[in-house]
Parts: sequence; structure tokens; C-alpha cells
Amino acid sequence: MTLVESTEHDGVPLGDHAAGDVRRRFLRDKAAVVGLAFIALLLVLAVFGPWLAPEGLEERNIGQYRDGPSAEHWFGTDDVGRDVFSQVIHGARVSMKVGLLATAIELLIGVSLGAIAGYFGGWLDSLLMRVTDVGLSIPYLVLAVSIAAIYGRNENSVILVLGLTGWLGIIRIVRSSFLALKEREFAEAARSLGFSHARIIFRHLLPNALQPVIVYGTISIGAVVLSEAALSFLNVGAVRPTASWGLMISEAGSGSLANAPHMLFFPGLAITLTVLAFVFVGDGLRDALDPKLRGRE
Amino acid sequence: MISYTIRRLLLILPTAFAALSLLFGLFFLLPGDPATLIVGGANRNVPEEVIERAKVRYGLDESVPEQFVNYWKRTLRWDLGESFQNDRSVNEILGERAPNSIRLSFWAILIEIAVGLSVGIISAIRRYSVVDRVTTVITAVASAIPVFVLGFVLQYALAVYPNKHDWPEWAKLRVQGRGPDTWTLFFIPTGETWRYLVLPAITLASVSTALAARMMRGSMLEVSGSDFMRTAKAKGLSERSIVLRHGLRNAMLPVITLIGLDFATTIGTAVLTETVFNWNGIGSTIARAVGERDAPVMLALTLVVVIAYAVINLIVDLSYAFFDPRVRLDSGGHG
Repeated sequence: MTLVESTEHDGVPLGDHAAGDVRRRFLRDKAAVVGLAFIALLLVLAVFGPWLAPEGLEERNIGQYRDGPSAEHWFGTDDVGRDVFSQVIHGARVSMKVGLLATAIELLIGVSLGAIAGYFGGWLDSLLMRVTDVGLSIPYLVLAVSIAAIYGRNENSVILVLGLTGWLGIIRIVRSSFLALKEREFAEAARSLGFSHARIIFRHLLPNALQPVIVYGTISIGAVVLSEAALSFLNVGAVRPTASWGLMISEAGSGSLANAPHMLFFPGLAITLTVLAFVFVGDGLRDALDPKLRGRE
Repeated sequence: MISYTIRRLLLILPTAFAALSLLFGLFFLLPGDPATLIVGGANRNVPEEVIERAKVRYGLDESVPEQFVNYWKRTLRWDLGESFQNDRSVNEILGERAPNSIRLSFWAILIEIAVGLSVGIISAIRRYSVVDRVTTVITAVASAIPVFVLGFVLQYALAVYPNKHDWPEWAKLRVQGRGPDTWTLFFIPTGETWRYLVLPAITLASVSTALAARMMRGSMLEVSGSDFMRTAKAKGLSERSIVLRHGLRNAMLPVITLIGLDFATTIGTAVLTETVFNWNGIGSTIARAVGERDAPVMLALTLVVVIAYAVINLIVDLSYAFFDPRVRLDSGGHG
């Protein structure tokens, strides 16, 4: 809900001087800085995970099933003897890959369509808004789950599903920015100079509409990680040998609660911290980009 | 108001039509022959004539446009077909599962309103106090933790652990299922049923309660800076009267919108919550139907969900008029 408010920006592009201000304001926000550090750690794990993890993706410790945390296996082992600590590290790669790529797809579609709807208006705008309404009338997870089930089960289809359904949230934000921006003097000036529509949209208007997109995109990465975990938990997402956090929780199931809760706890913690990190950074960015909104929820 | 309500009710039809047509298209136009899925998937070696029989049985031998027309003809008569998996009529499945979901979401929404709003109000009144800070942290975590993880954590802390360590009888909650499933006046659990209800209700409520608390706090703070609040203070009204009569009523509007919009989130959450707690409702049935590629069940339950969502949104819009006399619905200039 906070995202909607962040669309009220004044449309002034950020110069070099302003960028310094933004950085300073962002660094003052402790939660955001901690979140950023955690995201940096995740990216390192995502890229170098296979070399950093003590044990390989499918390495099994024979005879050590569902062992609790110990010096040898910090997060314990799962029911086929895999080291949970290593699995959580391997899982970072899937989460980051899905989070970044699906968000990239949703922003690409949502920003382009929102720009077109807001800039051109008319029947195209009405059509796009009706489509958005219909899409939003189906609860997101239900839509994602049904498409994921049809497309088949692997992480790439999850990226497509979440990317192709996620733009419903951003299109309205971009559209309303464009509706306001196209009436401004600089847009009129660009039009009167005879620039093409494409040039006006991408060179003149878009840079002014990016603030809320950046904030939305950041938080969206966390939301996508959460959705990926949910799809994998429902068995329509990633499958082995992929080590997805949601899949690990699904494999553990409620049966592990009585004697091996660590199988659920650590991947669950990883998801929660990841989502929180992106929310903190997103909130920090919003406050830093638009100090007027500081302190408002 | 009445003409507005009727107009909005009629608008539900095209929306539901478009949404369901979309899902229908997804199911029947994309790769993967439904008949093959019905008989057990592409990996299984099923004789050709068995697939043929399945096609005839479920009307899949017709062309897709014909199937589409037939699907809508049947749906308009509220003949929702039969499950691909066990031939039970979808209406029957719906009648059996819907009450379970309605009961669970009733309690979840009650928790959301009671806990979410009061926590939000207290945080706003005692801004920057310890209570406020703790609330901020808890709401942030509650909206970031996956629902199914929260469900498992609650199961462990409040059911598995107490049962293992022989806590007093009253503290032992149950993990799975709906128990004896006895209810008074439809909504009130009787006998042991409450032990089964508490955890899924809290889990289902978690995300929306956190959002409602955050929204309520923000909304109260915004309202508290407005002119009429200053006037109320200047008139020498008591703190209680200022907050409840003047502040709360005006701060409610955005929160009502949120609670309404949240319904979509709650349905998504219900899919996960009901699966975790083995609560046999619409949500867990959707999850199962999707896993089994059970198109009739999937489409029918989504239809019900879409209609319910649209009706809730209508109720939210109507309640605007109640809380904010400035809103006139009949003028038609809406959105």
C-alpha cells in the first residue's frame, strides 16, 4: 500500500548533486543499510555458492539422516543426508535468479504498457486498464499456481509465470505518472520540436517516471522470492536437483516438526530475511529519493 | 445507491467472463493434451483407445471453440461439471468445502480487524514508544515470513512442543485437520474444534493483520495532523473522544479499502494455510486440483473466488458511503 503513495513525486530528474543527497539519506537509514549488506551477501552466495558451500548440491551423508545442528553440519542434515547449510547456500542462487529475472520481465512489460497507456490514452488505455482489472480480479497466487501447473515444473517456467503475471501491479503506477507528465511544459516543448513519440516517451518522460519504478522493483524482488517459495512449496515450482528454499520446506513438511524442525527452520529463515532485506532497501530508497514522504507509512 | 449497486453487480459478469475465459484458454490451448493428463500424464504408456475414451467422456473430442461455448452454457446453468479425478460433481465438492473456508476466513478477518486495528491505533497514539517499535518490527516480519513457514513455526511452538513436553491440557493445540468439526450457529466452534481452528486462523490472518496495523497507524497519524483534530483539541474534548470519535472515523477509510483489497491476498494465503494445516477448504482444494491438472475443479473454484472477490469489493465501496458522508455513489463518476 505504501507504494501507491510513492507515486506522488515531483518529476524532477536527479542530477549529480541530488544523487549525492540520495546516497547520504539512504546511508542514514540503518535498516536499509543492513538490508543492502544482506543482499550483497546473497548475491555473493548466488554467484560463488557452489564453491563456498561445504558440500555439493547432491552430496549425501550416508547414515546421517535428519541429524540436528552440530559442529559438522551447522544447520543439520535432511532426510536423505544432505547438509542443510550447504543446501541453503545453493538455494540463494535459485532465489536470486528467479527474483531478478522475473522482476526484470515484469518491469519491462509493466513499464512499457503503462507508458503506452498513459501517453497515448484513448481506446488503447481503456483496453489495457480493462485487461489489468480482469487480471487483478483473479487472486494472484491462484493465477500463478494455475499457470505454473500448466507450463510445467522447473525454475525457468517459474520465472516466466511470475514475470508475466507480476506487471499488473506496476502498470497503473507508471500510467498515472505518464498521465501527469505528458501535460508538463517540457513534454509540450518536446512535442513542439517535432520529436517522435518513442523519443518523447523514452528520453523525456520515462526518466522522470523512474523513481516509483525503482522502489517498486526493489520490493518486488523480495515478493517474487516469496512467490517462488510458495510455488515450490505447492509443488508447481522448482524440482530437484534444484535446491529451492520453498522446495526444501515442502520436502520437510509437517512430519519433520516432531524430530527435525531444523529442516524447516533454516530455509524458512533464509526466505524471511531475504524478503525483509528487499523491503528495507525499497523503503530506504523511497525515503531517500523523496524525503517528503519520510516518516509516513 | 440502489442503481449504483445494481450497475456494479452487473459489471461482475463481464469481469468473471473474461477471467474465466483466460483460464479456460490457458488450460486448453497450451501444450499438454488434457485427455493425456486425465489418464495419467504423458510419461505413462496409456493405450490410444483409453485416451480416446477419456476424450469422448469429457467432451474433449470437440473443437476448442465448441468446448468453450459448451463450457459457458453449462457454467451459466451453474452446472460446473465433474472432477477429472474422481467423477464427483464439482457442485458437491464446493458444497462440502466452501463452509470450511468461510468459517476459517471469518475468524481470520475477525482477528485482522480486532488485532490489526487496535495495534495500529495504539502504535499511532504512543508513537515512537517501545510498543510502537516492537509493533513495527513484528509487522515487518509478519509480512515477510512465508505463510507456510509461519504455519509450521506456530505448529511447532503451540502444538508439537506442548504435546511433547506434557503441558497442561488447555495449552495443547492441534496441528492437522478440522477435528470433530462441530459448530454452533455455523461460525462458533464447539467441543474440541477450537483446538484445531486457532492456529490456521492466526496463520491466515497474519499477513493482512500486519498490513492493517501498519495502514491504521499511518492513517491515524495523518489524520491527527488535520485541522478538525486541532479544533477538537481546542474545544477541550477528552483524549478518548478525540481519538475515537474524530480521529478513528476519518482514519478508517483507507483501512477499509485495504481490508477489502486484502481479500485477494487472503485467498492466496488460504491456499497455503489450508494446505499446511490440512484444512479441507476451497484453498487446499485449488492447490490439489492444480497439482492434478483437474480443470473442472480448478475453473469452478476460481469462478467462485472471482465472484466472491468482486462482491467483497462492492461491499467495500458501499461501506465508503457509510463511513464518509462526502462520498456519493449515485453520481457515477467513480474511478
